Amino acid sequence: MTEVNDRPATTAKAGLEFAGHELSRASLDSCVKCTICETQCPVSAVTPLFTGPKFIGPQAERFRNGESVDHSLDYCSSCGTCTLVCPQGVQVAELNSQARAVMKADHMPIRDRLVSQTTLMGKLMTPVAPLARWALGNKPIRTLMEAAVKVHRDAPMPPAQSQTFQSWFASRPRPATVPTRGTLVFFHGCAGGYFEVETSKKTVEVLEHLGYEVLVPRQGCCGLAQQSNGLFDEATASVLKLCDDLRSSGKDLTIISSSGSCTGMLKHEAHEIMGVSDDRLADVGTRIRDTMEFLLDLHDAGELPTDFAPMPMTVPYHAPCQLKSQGIGKPALEVLRLIPELTVVDSEKVCCGIAGTYGLKKEKYEIAQAVGRPLFEMVKATNPDLALCDTETCRWQIEQSSGVKTVHPIWMIHAAYGLG
Amino acid sequence: MRKLAVDVVVIGGGSTGAGVVRDVAMRGYSTVLVERADLGQGTTGRFHGLLHSGGRYVVSDPLSATECAQENAILSRIQAGAIETTGGYFVCCPGDDPAFADKFLAGAAATGVPAREVSVGEALRNEPRLNPGITRAIEVQDGTVDGWQLVWGAANSARHYGAEILTYHAVTKIDTADGAVTAVHCTDLKRGEDVVIETGFVLNCGGPWAGQIAAMAGAHPVDVVPGRGIMIAMNHRLVNRVVNRCIYPADGDILVPVHTVSIIGTTDVKVDDPDHLAIEPDEVQQMLDAGEVLIPGFRNSRALHAWAGARPLIKDNRVAAADTRHMSRGMAVIDHTERDGLDGMLTIGGGKLTTYRLMAEHIVDAMCDKLGEKRACRTAEEDMPPSGAGKNYVVTHRLEEREHDRFTEQIICECELMSRKMLTDALAAQPNGSFDDLRRQLRLGMGPCQGGFCSMRATGIALETGHIDIERATALLRLFLKNRWLGLWPILYGDQVRQTALDNWIFAGTLDVEHLPPPDPSVRPEPEIEKKTPVAAVMEAGVRS
Ligand SMILES: Cc1cc2nc3c(=O)[nH]c(=O)nc-3n(C[C@H](O)[C@H](O)[C@H](O)COP(=O)(O)OP(=O)(O)OC[C@H]3O[C@@H](n4cnc5c(N)ncnc54)[C@H](O)[C@@H]3O)c2cc1C
Repeated sequence: MTEVNDRPATTAKAGLEFAGHELSRASLDSCVKCTICETQCPVSAVTPLFTGPKFIGPQAERFRNGESVDHSLDYCSSCGTCTLVCPQGVQVAELNSQARAVMKADHMPIRDRLVSQTTLMGKLMTPVAPLARWALGNKPIRTLMEAAVKVHRDAPMPPAQSQTFQSWFASRPRPATVPTRGTLVFFHGCAGGYFEVETSKKTVEVLEHLGYEVLVPRQGCCGLAQQSNGLFDEATASVLKLCDDLRSSGKDLTIISSSGSCTGMLKHEAHEIMGVSDDRLADVGTRIRDTMEFLLDLHDAGELPTDFAPMPMTVPYHAPCQLKSQGIGKPALEVLRLIPELTVVDSEKVCCGIAGTYGLKKEKYEIAQAVGRPLFEMVKATNPDLALCDTETCRWQIEQSSGVKTVHPIWMIHAAYGLG
Repeated sequence: MRKLAVDVVVIGGGSTGAGVVRDVAMRGYSTVLVERADLGQGTTGRFHGLLHSGGRYVVSDPLSATECAQENAILSRIQAGAIETTGGYFVCCPGDDPAFADKFLAGAAATGVPAREVSVGEALRNEPRLNPGITRAIEVQDGTVDGWQLVWGAANSARHYGAEILTYHAVTKIDTADGAVTAVHCTDLKRGEDVVIETGFVLNCGGPWAGQIAAMAGAHPVDVVPGRGIMIAMNHRLVNRVVNRCIYPADGDILVPVHTVSIIGTTDVKVDDPDHLAIEPDEVQQMLDAGEVLIPGFRNSRALHAWAGARPLIKDNRVAAADTRHMSRGMAVIDHTERDGLDGMLTIGGGKLTTYRLMAEHIVDAMCDKLGEKRACRTAEEDMPPSGAGKNYVVTHRLEEREHDRFTEQIICECELMSRKMLTDALAAQPNGSFDDLRRQLRLGMGPCQGGFCSMRATGIALETGHIDIERATALLRLFLKNRWLGLWPILYGDQVRQTALDNWIFAGTLDVEHLPPPDPSVRPEPEIEKKTPVAAVMEAGVRS
């Protein structure tokens, strides 16, 4: 009678069925109602529209059985602060993301489908970069966009570039130095491939400067934006495809990324939020390192050259939520402190508000701005010309809302090594 | 002293008594129900929460199976708000004889219990935490039921037909004259007043206390054998359907999702006194082991509360064969005329909550026979407003309600999503209520924190809104905490220890609840069944010394 073959398999489809089950749901047993998550939640601090992480997480989850009745949970920005601060180990943010996936399974707004298509956006915008830049900066067009797909007219949009990272990497002159330290795989992510091309270039140049050979396999999207918009099927397919891409460069190689949020997706979110249990993901997830984490590891091992040129200036640094959720501390702060005469000031703010695609949405734009306001003020007061932050959408948000140019910390390392 | 006069007095406000008083009233008799505590505070509030599909009895007790199947369908319709039609599975676990499932299916077909074998894959997809080693799965129409909602529904319907419901009234004596019942004496426990009810008929629905009540009328001892069973509520719904082991009925073979929790049970141990039900450590372990068979990892999930109830089984060799007309298996109506030479009294025992309406029909039919009257039973036809007709309960209800009033309502009990308005409405409706009375209606303190946060909030609100004074506030809070603790001691392991430690710091530390002034003497502990474990007794002694 046993029918082994129709047992549930962990496929893209099972991603949604997983929602509300197993790991995260079991962790709600550890909630003692201490309310620490509520005190740290950046969204509940600024709006009554959101009922708060404890409410929509461990509490509401006990009342869920398939059907979705609490649509206000969509005000959760998925920043993950609640999980990070929970002293009992409750996966609050994961529970919320899963509940959102169940909710969106039926009625997903077209906007949430569009903004989560990061590769598509990049591909569409690159050939027409000047036009895209103009259109995204153009008020009447943005107003139309807001009306049509409910992306707020003032929300930050990715800066379109004339050349993708891949085409730069393929067409540049071969590096003159011979690699002495072995081989690394570089994962640039969608933003790093299409919009934040400079950050990707500088990362590769720093790694090559340190003596590594850097391989860049053809690679797709990690699916994070789809995941945070509750599209688990699509996200699962994307992340597994990406794992195949990254594994194609060779076994056991360390993978480096300057996309903090995509790294988090590979390290833990795909597994913990969507329940993807796949050897390929486990393999990539344990081999991947955030760029600054990797540099700090080198330093701790006494292998990072510290012949940095002095940079006499003071810059604000903001550690993004998705970096903090990786449990690696704030490696950029420590590495940047090796640069002589550079003063880096930690923002010590919870969140910039954008949380991936959250702050783009018309109904959430004001909330995201309110969340980020203390940070924007801090940034402006610390240095009106330059700020540092590890993840792309957070940089766009800080830059757009504070008017301060915001770059990845690798830019400082790149400059301090005298690489241009 | 107060005096009343009615055609029929119903003693006991459990499911049986509530069903009986409704039936009596619907047949046009004037009637009063007397209950020594709150409604549903005996066995009915300490049961497993299962609305049987009949599946459990298809092999062992075919008649009960058919009755359950029929009553399940009726109750799901007429008391929709009290019942969640979860559906259920009977599963063969590793080591269970898979051939029993064939007997089961044959039995189900013969008894009219809807049952259908489904693939193991389907069962595991629907209930992903189920033991992946199950070899067969049969789908049945088990449901889950809130015993209190069920009883109140019946009581309200009875009131609608003119019945009076007297809670916190303990029967102390039954007068007889010339071999017939003449009056029932009781004490109004809240007012400390005696009440005498003149009547020609008593229906004894005392459950496990039925023997004590029969004795008050001078009847020969009715041999009630209370069968104690323990149950443990786990923090959340590990399953969304009732899951039974597909074996001959045994201990710990059912996991029932009721409201936000899932309840594992139960045991069956003969005890002498239904007022003192211990929760033995070995039975707790037995339940956790049983849970582990159904749901691997069960022991790692959080237990919230344990309790025990006593099955009101009547073993009576005085029952004449002629009486079996009114007996179906598992339930017994005792006619005291022939047995004790006493007219005007019937005692009912046994049965199940699922068949409470049918039990009532039987005993009221028997009464009509004795009175020589023909009055038809209509209880199966009529919905019980307000929670009766309409949609069945589903677990998402409260979350949906809070979604709608989230901008205007404070949440007082966070675990069970009880709003401030729910609390103040209930306080206004019963100014003399204890917090346990409120708990049974609102689920106050029944979630993971077990009153740790909500009980002090509820106390504060009751005080602030003038429903109670400060002395009563202290007493009510302490009593509530004490009662919660009774169900916590037996399961203090794992995650619940952290919660109770935190709760204890709050109450014993920050609020120093143990050194508040002595309680208001008007707050007497209710005749709450004590569920004290040896450990609890020791710990309490330790606290006091
Ligand atoms: C462990 C266990 C699990 C069970 N699980 C299920 C289940 O899942 N599904 C199901 O269908 N059935 C179940 N049952 C059976 C079901 O709970 C009982 O059959 C049913 O609740 C009995 O109701 P009752 O009204 O006859 O008794 P009770 O509910 O015990 O009512 C008797 C009432 O009489 C009152 N009383 C006593 N003395 C006096 C007095 N002197 N004056 C006034 N009032 C008095 C008591 O306070 C009490 O409220 C279970 C039983 C047990 C023990």
